[in-house]
Amino acid sequence: MSQAQVVDVPESDPRVKQMLKVIKNYQKRPDALVQVLHAVQDTFGYLPMNLIRVVSKELHIPPSRVFGVVTFYYYFSLKPKGEHNCLVCTGTACYVKGAQKIIDQISASFGVKDGQTTPDNKLGLQTARCIGCCGLAPAVVLDNEILPRTDPAQITGLINARLGAKK
Amino acid sequence: MTPLAAPTTTILVTIDEKTYSADPGETILDVCKREGINIPTLCFLEGVSTVGACRLCLIEIEGTRKLLPACATVVAPFQKVKTNSDRLKKNRRMTLELLFSERNHICSVCVANYNCRLQDLAHEVGMDHVRFPYLFPDCNVDGTNKIYNIDHNRCIMCTKCVRTCDEVEGAHTWDVRGRGFESRIIADFDEAWGTSPTCTLCGKCVSVCPTGALWHKQSVQNNMKKSPEMVSELTAKRGRKG
Repeated sequence: MSQAQVVDVPESDPRVKQMLKVIKNYQKRPDALVQVLHAVQDTFGYLPMNLIRVVSKELHIPPSRVFGVVTFYYYFSLKPKGEHNCLVCTGTACYVKGAQKIIDQISASFGVKDGQTTPDNKLGLQTARCIGCCGLAPAVVLDNEILPRTDPAQITGLINARLGAKK
Repeated sequence: MTPLAAPTTTILVTIDEKTYSADPGETILDVCKREGINIPTLCFLEGVSTVGACRLCLIEIEGTRKLLPACATVVAPFQKVKTNSDRLKKNRRMTLELLFSERNHICSVCVANYNCRLQDLAHEVGMDHVRFPYLFPDCNVDGTNKIYNIDHNRCIMCTKCVRTCDEVEGAHTWDVRGRGFESRIIADFDEAWGTSPTCTLCGKCVSVCPTGALWHKQSVQNNMKKSPEMVSELTAKRGRKG
């Protein structure tokens, strides 16, 4: 219920200029709101509150409508995500194939709950209703890479390999 | 080739075994209102757009298994409509019970007691108890505004305030945050209403609110009078058809 923890991006950040360019490319059309928010989320990894204000102002969309859109779609996040992100599909096929066991295993191994990140901000865990890969159930998306037919016994190893690989 | 003018025929619809004539484009609710047939409504407000959110004006149309909202269903020739069948009565009562159980509606301590659309409708359908357990969500009250209060405990998410603020006042201070059970009415970026730079303090949202969710600070228990007709009259004077 409480307001999401606000993490602002300084206006001097070069990526802010890039964002304004994206808005300009859409000719500041109000109907480009979702595309612009996508671009912001892709650049920063989340939607910084001060930039949402800029988007609202630039596109001439009332603040409350922008915030309504941001909170309606689960894709948009107001909090910074982890360095690595693990998304477990909980759609019908994956659920039947044991997605909950995989979530429980990840939660137990890394001490992270659904929708949160580990205290060191290394790993974020999310769930999605269906990612459209029901043939690969139970599917996990680790940093935009799909891990097909995962099972609880190996998931910890796979994530550990990923966490170690980039450091 | 000159385009043919759209034929202005009259449509015949049968509502509760009686036949009425209607203009093309009219909704079933329009016809019922004109003919004095009572259909309970909650989120419908003449003069602002229709959302069909409350599901109280549901009606039965022969040949369709689904129940359709009268406020958003346009009349079609030889439609056979039922507005008061047993199925609909049951359905309306259940919808009201679900509305009551979703937030913290306690009439005896509400400013809008005796002046509440939700309460009136519960009376009308004979809702004597709620069979579903109350969810008791954690809702707050925003009293930061100088003149008005908003109490999310009593909100039924009809979005009349949102539509009025946007379409009549043009301020668009209100909107809806989140989805489903967790959706809430928000001012600007989910901020305090009192410091909202967009709010003009016009009070139209307060007059259209069907429950005690929005109310004047000076009103005490049981004396909050609402006047949604004010907004309808206003839009009619501006020449906008409801």
